[in-house]
Amino acid sequence: MKKLLLGNEALAQGAIDSGISGVYAYPGTPSTEITEYIQHSKTATELNIHSQWSVNEKTAMEAALGMSYAGKRAMTVMKHVGLNVAADVFMNMAVSGINGGLVVVVADDPSMHSSQNEQDSRNYGRFAMIPILEPSNQQECYDITKYAFYLSEQLGLPVMIRMVTRLSHSRAGVEIGSRIAQNIIRLPKNPHQFQLIPVHARNGYQHLVDLQSDTRESSENSFFNSYIDGPNISMGIIASGIAYNYLMENFDDDDCPYPILKISQYPLPKNLVKKLFNKCKKVLILEDGYPFIEEVLSDYFGESKKIMGRLTGHLNRVGELNPDNISKALGFDVKIASEIPKIVSGRPPELCIGCAHRDLFEAINQLKIENNDQQVFGDIGCSALGALTPYQSINTLIDMGASITMAKGAADAGIHPSIAIIGDSTFTHSGMTGLLEAVIENTPVTIIISDNSAIAMTGAQDSSASGRIVDICRGIGVDENHLKIITPLHKNLNENIDLIRNEIDYKGVSVVIAQRPCVQLSKEQKDRLNELKKVSLN
Amino acid sequence: MKTNIILAGVGGQGILTIAAVIDTAALASNLNIKQSEVHGMSQRGGAVQSHLRISSKEIHSDLIPLGKADIIISVEPMELLRYIPYLKKDGLLVTDSNPFENIANYPELKEIFSEIKSHQNSILIDAKQIAKDLGNSKATNMVLLGAAASHLPLSDESLQQAIQTLFERKGERIVAKNLEAFIKGKEIATETVS
Repeated sequence: MKKLLLGNEALAQGAIDSGISGVYAYPGTPSTEITEYIQHSKTATELNIHSQWSVNEKTAMEAALGMSYAGKRAMTVMKHVGLNVAADVFMNMAVSGINGGLVVVVADDPSMHSSQNEQDSRNYGRFAMIPILEPSNQQECYDITKYAFYLSEQLGLPVMIRMVTRLSHSRAGVEIGSRIAQNIIRLPKNPHQFQLIPVHARNGYQHLVDLQSDTRESSENSFFNSYIDGPNISMGIIASGIAYNYLMENFDDDDCPYPILKISQYPLPKNLVKKLFNKCKKVLILEDGYPFIEEVLSDYFGESKKIMGRLTGHLNRVGELNPDNISKALGFDVKIASEIPKIVSGRPPELCIGCAHRDLFEAINQLKIENNDQQVFGDIGCSALGALTPYQSINTLIDMGASITMAKGAADAGIHPSIAIIGDSTFTHSGMTGLLEAVIENTPVTIIISDNSAIAMTGAQDSSASGRIVDICRGIGVDENHLKIITPLHKNLNENIDLIRNEIDYKGVSVVIAQRPCVQLSKEQKDRLNELKKVSLN
Repeated sequence: MKTNIILAGVGGQGILTIAAVIDTAALASNLNIKQSEVHGMSQRGGAVQSHLRISSKEIHSDLIPLGKADIIISVEPMELLRYIPYLKKDGLLVTDSNPFENIANYPELKEIFSEIKSHQNSILIDAKQIAKDLGNSKATNMVLLGAAASHLPLSDESLQQAIQTLFERKGERIVAKNLEAFIKGKEIATETVS
């Protein structure tokens, strides 16, 4: 019987069945369930597949590369903006190539359901000059992952699988195949392959450039790219990834009358694209995310009459695709019986009832009134909800760790107070280096680590920071007299305000750790946390 | 035969339990399923929805097109109205009547009810109270599922079997309460419509 799986889960099962020896990841919507599936899989546990969370995406990808160096298959998983963090190793491991199969899974978030941008990871794949796979449905998520590991070892390159939110988080029945055994340890044949000093890096890069004809040929012959003929040649359609489903939805149970080129592997198969262009009078390009294919195929001035897509206004330039906007692009009428009644009001996300961030923001808002300022630098995670009503406590939200470094830069510019608020997991992910900078210069900043001992926004996963924050701050060199711990509870409000006010008045680095566990933690997690605390206090 | 269902509610209200029961029943009935759900930021007390599609044929899109939903089931009355543009002409609305007021500008409940009742096929019930009377307010979802059951392309037996399967590990008593809630919901819906 078919198994009912999320796109993410089907992908994860595909990885287990490909004989991976480890998955390395940092949680991030919409990618989180891939790693969680492997963590919860009985088979994966029996096979001793590594699946513990990494500290950030860069450490994750590097560890995956290390496993590949040892000859074993590894997967690294992240959300689109996570790839920015891992971009250094990502670009360079394309030059070094891999040993054991290495697959990079990146889940994009068109429409920014849970993200600060909608960058399209296919651009990174092209930048690194590696093959990109883009499944269109849950079955393909499974099948394409198995193929990705095969392709990676065949070409000696990392392979990217690009997911999007709607596929990551939608379930369907999936046919599961057989599993192959893990690789044995087998070090690289060429001892210089992974030494990217210029003399070897030049060889590596030349080799990567030379491989491009192979990556293109692989796309031309790929099972996942298909030309589907149709009688009406007034228009041809290129549909990539999930866009193919939305296209077919518009023809319900009938066949699409137009010739279609279904794309799930890049670089683009030039011959197949040419076939479609030669046959059809014009071409409609459907792709979720950036106009990636459209830009490659359009002429510089955009005067080509043949191409329609997101750049030409036939489809929305921003936001995700759906059956409806594609319906309009096809020239159909989208009929709705009634609009949303006017009385319906918006319901944005909010912090949980009883959440510790709430009590912290209450204190911060008091201090903001006293100072009449907008000088609170925020960060990614649940604490980011402090930007919304009712608190509106944080004034910036850019990327992981930016609260501390932006607060430092603003303090350097002469702003006082300059306050950073960062979650515990975000702090270990990307905040520690910024804190070191502030300590080195003794910059007058007040850094509040809102420590709920969880990666809360993505579902309360274990935080690398748990039980370690005080030691980390000490180790970085924060002055003991300005390293404070508070408990954000309503009954402590005035006390907490006084303490933070004192630290703001101090003209150097202070760190206030606002410590209270996330209300979403399970009992097992809370027990483990208590154990960690005992160790830390000793 | 294709049935498109939108499940609506507020993050944390457990609309995915309803989805899981329908999924399990559909899978056992050899039907195709696609079920899109919301994870991440919106789950934190925001508006959430799930698009659930069941068909004997291949299902392409994970999202239901506008104007093509056969049923909207909501565990919160205002959230029901948010997805009205998806409802097909004469489609069915099923909702709990209890508001979840975590926003400052929550509209007048009377207006919400009259808006819901302006639709020909609507079942507006106090599912929470019904579940409470049965001794388990957590079974509100199953009351609503029961109320929609006769409009689903699934037999009562398959739905009840799915409830059994899904709640089994929580013990006999919980299974029984949820089954009772389902049956009560179905009865009340019949009375409401006739």
